[in-house]
Amino acid sequence: MALEICEASVIYPAQSGRAPVEALSKIDLTVEDHDFVVALGASGCGKSTLLNLIAGFLSPSSGKIMLDKTEVSGPGADRSVVFQKHALLPWLNVRDNVAFGLKLRGGGAAAYAVADRFIALLGLKGFEKSPVYALSGGMQQRVGIARALTCDPKILLMDEPLGALDALTRERAQELILDIWKSTGKTVFLITHSVEEALFMGTRLIVMSPRPGRIAHRFDLPFSRRFLDGAPARQVKASSEFIDLREEVLRIIFADEEQAA
Amino acid sequence: MSDQGTVSQNDSKGRGRSLAGFARSRPTKPGETYGVPGQGNTTWLSFATIAALIFLWWAITAAGLVKPLFVPSPQSIVQKFVDVWVNGFTGTPLWQHILISTARVFGAFVLACIIGIPLGLAMGMSPIMRGIFDPPIEIYRPVPPLAYLPLMIIWFGIGETSKVLLIFLSVFAPIALGARAGVRSAAIEQIHAAYSFGATRWQVMRHIILPSAMPEILTAMRIGIGFGWTTLVAAEMVAATKGIGYMVLSASQFLQTSTVIMGIFVIAAIAYAFDMLMRFLERRLVPWKGKM
Repeated sequence: MALEICEASVIYPAQSGRAPVEALSKIDLTVEDHDFVVALGASGCGKSTLLNLIAGFLSPSSGKIMLDKTEVSGPGADRSVVFQKHALLPWLNVRDNVAFGLKLRGGGAAAYAVADRFIALLGLKGFEKSPVYALSGGMQQRVGIARALTCDPKILLMDEPLGALDALTRERAQELILDIWKSTGKTVFLITHSVEEALFMGTRLIVMSPRPGRIAHRFDLPFSRRFLDGAPARQVKASSEFIDLREEVLRIIFADEEQAA
Repeated sequence: MSDQGTVSQNDSKGRGRSLAGFARSRPTKPGETYGVPGQGNTTWLSFATIAALIFLWWAITAAGLVKPLFVPSPQSIVQKFVDVWVNGFTGTPLWQHILISTARVFGAFVLACIIGIPLGLAMGMSPIMRGIFDPPIEIYRPVPPLAYLPLMIIWFGIGETSKVLLIFLSVFAPIALGARAGVRSAAIEQIHAAYSFGATRWQVMRHIILPSAMPEILTAMRIGIGFGWTTLVAAEMVAATKGIGYMVLSASQFLQTSTVIMGIFVIAAIAYAFDMLMRFLERRLVPWKGKM
């Protein structure tokens, strides 16, 4: 039992004439070890707030978040975050960016040994000395993932990590993340607004609804296992089971939106 | 009537086209004709402008249109430079005037960097520091240095202290405010990422805030030293016997226009050379500026 969220609510206090906003309402969620949980929802459904809550950037107004029986009270290296963009440090080269987290803890030469391992794993070998601003978006994102993995977190939090990539790079990146997930055995919590991405990557899916932000539906997903067992990604995504579920989830999201509006 | 209408319409159309053509100019790279306006290399045009201005200047003086008292010829400026370089001005060689003025400006500049950059960073990161130091800086900053020059002299005498302090004050404000603004350069994602890797507050300041503030600090230093040269002449107005500002001022009292213009060019040349140096440093230190 890795991560437990118990009745967590986040209420942003009233601001100049506007009523208080309930960004998250009584979220209950358990993420088991080695799970790949995907949060899906339209903008404003509170999925980023939920990730910030788990990361510890935000404290719940009520309820609590437990990681391995310890209450989360702030950000920490057991929950590394991969962001959509703007999170790399342009004054450091690829290798120093990847080693950054470990060097903060005084890693020294050992930090670079670990960094080199993940640089190889993410296919960044040969780019160690490159400045990160010279890389393509897809490669920058791989640096971001490698950097988060070097910290050996208990859970890897991904905040729309592929949202800024072009559609074709994105498909390759999805496969890469699944391969990494398999080879490292990490627990992953990923948020996205792409239904296809959510269905393809997760072992479990939570569909969130806005006003107040809440988990409206939960699904268990078989598709990522099929891909990792050897089925080609496009074949998985083109199966009728996948397409049926995709349409159902889309229908749910649009119905929720109309209700909320 | 209708003919005239057509003609004037054509006229305005043609003018519009030529104006747009001027803004667009020739394509600097294939396909950039319809790119961002204002692209392209300006080196040759800049050199041509300078050459044209000097030629115009020479032509006017050579034709005797203006008395040398008002506008001396370009060659007399060069002669004056050589003359002052060899024989000195009021008994002091030109290189000493240059050296002492440069020392005053750079001394004040270094001092302003040593105090202004840490203070600006502290103001950016701490509301307490901002609350304390924002009002005094914002109050004195828009006041022209000439206005508080008398105060400097009453308080600190007519020696070097009041001169350097006057220049320091004009350099300090832009540098401190630049460093303060630089604190805001770090993206929230960079800060959050560092925290999520277990960084302490201090480490975030040292490894995220400070490096990302570097481009703004370097720009502020460039702007700051510019203010320093601007204030130099004011600082050397009172009781100076050496310095380029002093040379310009006392030459003007004897209507030595060529010395005045020569002094102005010397100041411009030194300030320009330093600006080039700062741009070079910028390219070396923050090659990533504006790229992420």
